[in-house]
Amino acid sequence: MTPPRKVILIVDDEAPILRFLRAALGDAGFDAVEARSGADALKLAAARKPDVVLLDLGLPDMDGLKVLTELRRWTAAPVIVLSARGEESDKIAGLDSGADDYLTKPFGIEELLARVRVALRHAEAAGREPDPVYEHGDLRIDLAARRVWTGKKEVHLSPKQYDLLALLVRRAGRVVGQGQIMKEIWGSAAETTPESLRLLVHQLRHRVERDPVRPRHLKTEPGVGYRLEAPDPGAG
Amino acid sequence: MDRQRRKPESYLDEALRQDRARGRLKVFLGAAPGVGKTYSMLQAAAAKSREGVDAVVGLAETHGRAETLALLEGLEILPRRESRHRGVALSEFDIDAALRRAPALILVDELAHTNAPGSRHAKRWQDVSELLQRGVDVYTTLNIQHVETLNDAVASITGVKVRETVPDSLLERADVELVDLPPEELLERLKQGKVYLPATAARALESFFKLSNLTALRELALRLTAEGVGARVESQRRAQDPEAIWPTAERLLVGVGPSPSSAKLVRATRRMAANLKAHWIAVFVDAPALSPPLRAAAIENLRLAERLGAETLTITARSVVEGMLDLARQRNVTRLVIGKQARPRWRELLSGGGTVDELIRRSGDTDVFVTTGDVDAPAPAPGASVPGAAAPALEYGVAAAVVAASTGVCFAMVPFFAPTNLVMVYLLGVAVVAARGHRGPAVLASVASVLAFDFCFVSPRGTFAVADTQYAVTFAVMLAVAVLISHLAVRTRAQAESARLGEMRTAAMHALSGRLATTRGLDAILGVSVRLLAEVFDCDVVALLPSPAGGLEARAWSGAPRALDEKERSVAQWVFDLGQSAGLGTQTLPVVEALYAPLLGGEGPVGALRVQPRVRERLLVPDQMLLLESFAHQIALALEVDRLQDGARKSELRAETERLRSSLLSSVSHDLRTPLAAILGSATSLLQDAAAPGRELLENIRDEAERLSRLVHNLIETTRLETGSVNLRKEATSLEEPLGAALERLDKALSGREVSTRLPEDLPLVPLDAVLLEQVFVNLLENAARHTPPGVPIDVSARIADGAAVVEVADRGPGLPPEDLDRVFDKFYRAGPAAGGGAGLGLAICKAIVEAHGGEIAAENRDGGGALFRFTLPLGGPP
Repeated sequence: MTPPRKVILIVDDEAPILRFLRAALGDAGFDAVEARSGADALKLAAARKPDVVLLDLGLPDMDGLKVLTELRRWTAAPVIVLSARGEESDKIAGLDSGADDYLTKPFGIEELLARVRVALRHAEAAGREPDPVYEHGDLRIDLAARRVWTGKKEVHLSPKQYDLLALLVRRAGRVVGQGQIMKEIWGSAAETTPESLRLLVHQLRHRVERDPVRPRHLKTEPGVGYRLEAPDPGAG
Repeated sequence: MDRQRRKPESYLDEALRQDRARGRLKVFLGAAPGVGKTYSMLQAAAAKSREGVDAVVGLAETHGRAETLALLEGLEILPRRESRHRGVALSEFDIDAALRRAPALILVDELAHTNAPGSRHAKRWQDVSELLQRGVDVYTTLNIQHVETLNDAVASITGVKVRETVPDSLLERADVELVDLPPEELLERLKQGKVYLPATAARALESFFKLSNLTALRELALRLTAEGVGARVESQRRAQDPEAIWPTAERLLVGVGPSPSSAKLVRATRRMAANLKAHWIAVFVDAPALSPPLRAAAIENLRLAERLGAETLTITARSVVEGMLDLARQRNVTRLVIGKQARPRWRELLSGGGTVDELIRRSGDTDVFVTTGDVDAPAPAPGASVPGAAAPALEYGVAAAVVAASTGVCFAMVPFFAPTNLVMVYLLGVAVVAARGHRGPAVLASVASVLAFDFCFVSPRGTFAVADTQYAVTFAVMLAVAVLISHLAVRTRAQAESARLGEMRTAAMHALSGRLATTRGLDAILGVSVRLLAEVFDCDVVALLPSPAGGLEARAWSGAPRALDEKERSVAQWVFDLGQSAGLGTQTLPVVEALYAPLLGGEGPVGALRVQPRVRERLLVPDQMLLLESFAHQIALALEVDRLQDGARKSELRAETERLRSSLLSSVSHDLRTPLAAILGSATSLLQDAAAPGRELLENIRDEAERLSRLVHNLIETTRLETGSVNLRKEATSLEEPLGAALERLDKALSGREVSTRLPEDLPLVPLDAVLLEQVFVNLLENAARHTPPGVPIDVSARIADGAAVVEVADRGPGLPPEDLDRVFDKFYRAGPAAGGGAGLGLAICKAIVEAHGGEIAAENRDGGGALFRFTLPLGGPP
């Protein structure tokens, strides 16, 4: 018996985008539901209880952020915001309003599917104990033992460096906004500066990345935040 | 809630006291010369100096006394300014030297001193004022008799009138320290020769140093100091407790006239107002019959009141009493102050009581204070010097001719009419002459008429003898009519003249405000203003405004444009800095040939005017000066309003343009990006499980769609950068981040190449906009990839030099055409026809972004072949 197909709600007012997303997601084994307006989106979200929502912020009838806020009042379903390059402030606003991730248009379908899978995995893992071990390439993190290895070599991190890494591991595969990191690591964004965060990331990269300029694990989302790559499948 | 609210004036007081931008003044006040003021001042300064305060002596009169000289030791003494005036060597306090030296505290002895001619200021207290205004603390000394409002009181005690006075307003903002010596001791010191007295004034001073005088002066000094302390306590109490009991607001009104006693009246009112802490208004009721010199004197007194802190008004009314009472009612005045007039008893009887009586009778609820006027300097009776008092000779000729004509007519009438009727003809003649408005000719005409009538028509004819005494009445009436008519005519004319003057002023002001209201733009406003000023005041006008480069620059001329010379500019700058007039007709630099007036707006000086009259005397009349000041104020306000409106208009326009642009940009970018996103998405979907033959085509679609997408992005980005609608969000960031993100994004485009990155590990964080910098790296790397054969390596490196991060992106390709090195960053520049793809925007965007960061970008060819792009990002500046 096959498990029920995951329902994905696509909210976008552009027919060509809807068409290719529906086809691509259908091929990948998802049940795509389309909404062309914010009002439709809220109705369908209530009726179909989607597992993931893809939300374009530019909607004809209402502000995409408003839709996001409305959704967040009653559902924890992952929301991935779709937005264009150069609209970083929209992305930050989206993350602040409760979006789980974002995707910059135009995007290839592999990228989209990867994000959707990460979102689904996080949604399933919610409420369960997180995997104690994260593995991606040569990076291995044991959350239970608070230990980190690259390859066979154990890496020693300062408490703040470890806290940052652990924070990103818990949301592996998804972008984490700069403000949110600062709030969680330093207690409040007001108590620190973006520079301290940059410095911390810089130090961390030099510990865990083989080439800090071309990070393979800890990626920068310029103007938005950071993303630790999703763990290798089958690990943990 | 209201309990927390403080009276605005209490803030003002505090602000005045705590204003640190302004220097503090400390006055060592003495009742008489010889009490040891200079000594105390030097002692205090020495103490300050020991505390580490940068105190210098600007000027101290030691009179060669050893104990005083000893105190000067260890203090820096500024050189004096030496000058010669009429063969006498004079040494004065040098304010320029003091300002250049810019100490924290400066000592300037004898505040009331009058400077030598040719000094910047006429009075030393003005030097001190300027020092204070420029933020230097000043210690000075002063004798009580030089306090402006006490001047009269001291004169009445000692019988010596002192000409050198210091305005009270200066003392009010000062800390006053009384240097007290009991009169007996002072006299003792005098006897011992310890008090320096100038030889020339020894005799005058002898009568001054009397026990009774000294005691009275000491009491005055003590009282002044106590009042000052009281006022300070009051201001602190108000600052601490806004609910503190505060006397209900009194408002004083003083009538100012042309007589010298008016000045005394003004000073008396000033003291009364100060003691009551009341607002006071000085008004000059412009009587129609007042001659120009009298009006000038009155306005001079009004300006004295203004200097002493009064609100001043000039009103036109039928009579002084009426004008003052109207104003008192309008402004809720609680006390009227007027001077007692010395008038001959007969005049009083004739006009039915004087101004004082009438004012008291009609004042109603308002208190009337009458103070003494100088008996020896009575107010000139109105009409005493009316215009036309000196009638031209022509008028006497006219009078004679009229009498002759009347006599002729009478000869023709004699056979038919009674002599009484002939009198009427003469009367008519006299009336005609009198109506021309000159009293002399009118009197002449009436006397001549009487004589001619008597000689020709009264028997016995041919003699001046009069047979019938009845004709005495005829003569008297004729004389009286002549005087009366001429008097009335004179008054009417004077009234018309005064109305004409007033009308001219009003018309000029009206013309100015009318023209200013319809004029836009600084230069247009200045142009209109200087032309009108030149017209009204018959002078050459230059208007100066602060220039962006600093300093003032001439912006409008009534005559031919010319640059001001160094000296003229410095006077204008002084006027602008201090917000005070200088030059011709003022107390500051009165010897220069032009008047410099600040354009004082609501928020301080906005510029300055240089006014050079063609006829000096015409501008020097006080009411012309007053009018000029009002003009300057009007112009300044117009400039301010224009500036505000201009700012508002510009920002409105900017907001509108911004709104249009961003909506256009977002709709264009949306319309271009959506189809691309659909194409790219569809192509990648199909690619997922495409078989070999179609796969290549799909990859082609995907790659070209990506390229098109980047192109669109570049286009949009160019527009945004060019129009300034990009908000730079600079944050201190490691260069690794934007470079890493760019490498990640170009993963596919750079595949098969080695990209070496050399960033030192200790590279500091650089203030940059990560999103835009990523774009710079993407464009530079893409450019390198596009212009070099596949597989050619690219080197990226960064280092710190000269306070900036220097980043280089270099390749080993064919390099750039040397002649194009400067043009590669131009928009739509493409290196050669063979260069594949790109619209020539990528590098232009790089340049725009780097320059927005305050850096520079340049291209060169590397030694050993290949192109190198180098850009800098300053490390300093706000993150």
